[in-house]
Amino acid sequence: MKPFSGTSLTDHALTTGEVLLTYWKVKAEYQWDAGLAMSTYLNGLKQGKLLGIHCPQCRRTLIPPRVFCELCFRPLDQWVELANIGKINTYSVSYVNWDATRRQTPEVPAVIEIDGASPGMGILHLMGEVGDTLEAITRRLKVGTPVQAVWKPDSEREGAITDIRYFRPIG
Amino acid sequence: MLGERVAIVGAGYTPLRPISPEVSFREMIFEAAVKAYADAGIRPHDVSTFVSVAEDYNDGTAITDEYVPDQLGAVLKPVQTVSGDGITGLASLVMQLETGQLDLAVIEGHSKASNVVRPAHIQAFALDPIYARPLAFHPNYVAGLEMRAFLAATGNTEAQAALVAALNRASALRNPLAAYPARMTADDVLTSRPEAEPLKRGDIAATADGAIVLVLARESQLARYKLNGRPVFINGIGWGQHTPNIEERDLHRAIYAEQSGRMAYKMAGITNPASQIDFAEVDDTFSYKQLQHLEALGLAETGQAGRLLEQGVFSPGGALPVNVSGGHLGCGYTHEMAGLRSVLEVVLQLRGTAGERQLPGVRVGLAQSWRGIPTTSGAVAVLGRE
Repeated sequence: MKPFSGTSLTDHALTTGEVLLTYWKVKAEYQWDAGLAMSTYLNGLKQGKLLGIHCPQCRRTLIPPRVFCELCFRPLDQWVELANIGKINTYSVSYVNWDATRRQTPEVPAVIEIDGASPGMGILHLMGEVGDTLEAITRRLKVGTPVQAVWKPDSEREGAITDIRYFRPIG
Repeated sequence: MLGERVAIVGAGYTPLRPISPEVSFREMIFEAAVKAYADAGIRPHDVSTFVSVAEDYNDGTAITDEYVPDQLGAVLKPVQTVSGDGITGLASLVMQLETGQLDLAVIEGHSKASNVVRPAHIQAFALDPIYARPLAFHPNYVAGLEMRAFLAATGNTEAQAALVAALNRASALRNPLAAYPARMTADDVLTSRPEAEPLKRGDIAATADGAIVLVLARESQLARYKLNGRPVFINGIGWGQHTPNIEERDLHRAIYAEQSGRMAYKMAGITNPASQIDFAEVDDTFSYKQLQHLEALGLAETGQAGRLLEQGVFSPGGALPVNVSGGHLGCGYTHEMAGLRSVLEVVLQLRGTAGERQLPGVRVGLAQSWRGIPTTSGAVAVLGRE
């Protein structure tokens, strides 16, 4: 290949200040009000329960819950406790860390349709007990595979989505 | 002149509050939306397009507009975010309606200012990263620079600026929406703790949480939708911007307000704003800003705004009432929603539904917005009963 003319930009030039850079780290910090729907849902997680809400008009059961139906545009207040089991809607096998380095053992994010909620209603979480290799994972998990929540012990739950450690395949 | 006029036909809002821990931003918007649709007499299904005014860094979520449709009844409908103040968003929605392709349109603004843990750092992030940020001043210094330059150039005084704050906080006593009503004197403001001298704590509007939803329609569609209530027409709208470089600005002038005023007046056929406009809601995020904006908009001669204020010209019983709502100083500053709050007050006044603070016989009102520190952008809307 024909070499390009000019001077290459080197790491040395950047780190020694031959080429000037400017750096700024933003202090963007937030403390969001969870409000009625999310607070109730998060409190449920703290107690080891998955809470949904029912819309009597379109007859859907929604999870994560909201205090209004986005389709019927009406307020909702019929809370229902749902089973902590569901089915895989889809999943991915992730080999990349935040800094773009490769993972030795992959992570498995999944969308799980919760039993008792309306079709297509589910929560995003991660899978566990599915093996360490792509072959093992894809053998164990299919779209539709039944799964169950594995909770943190009572003392460690704090009212967060991570109160569920992961979902594991069952049956 | 607009092709076909656009009217505001519905308004819904939550009260403004310093904090709102009992509701999420979604639940707050839902409340405002339900009220707006009931007020207009429509269903959300009738609406063909939506605008959300929001700034990601204030909301704390990137591409924050993705989180807006559900609570607006806008699922599977076009939603456009305007990352600017409320009146700029309103201008965008008016232009959508002007195409003649859409009938009913909705604009949403919300503020969860209380959820931003370090607001000064978010403001500082809007400063020039190379020339301004490394100096590491608290960003209110920009207002301090402007205030000193404005007072020096025009002869308005610190005491007159302080009086703006005292009067607006007092006006807020008659506004159930307001977050910061107070009985206070100009002296209370002058002796409040210095922030960026000559700017003092009492000169600065505190932030508030809340949501506003407005419903808009083309004039030809008013009968078709059997809309409730009295329509308020947007007869002129304009926006403007000056340089981002602080050192290059005419710091004593609000050039964006001059520009946006000219644009809106031309559209509305206003040649003598001081006599043709019955009342105004102008940005008072900082007390001196109200005086500066009134002069920029031609509602007071240069150097006269403070004196007219002292004479009561801008009081509720005066010749040109200004910020009868309490302004941002009395209601609370609500980021991108702030311009919509000013529009809302003008709408309530022109409909004759402003309650205890209703101005008698008003026909033409002006709402003006500024995008806040460190910007030089703003917008103006001229609204009328006919």
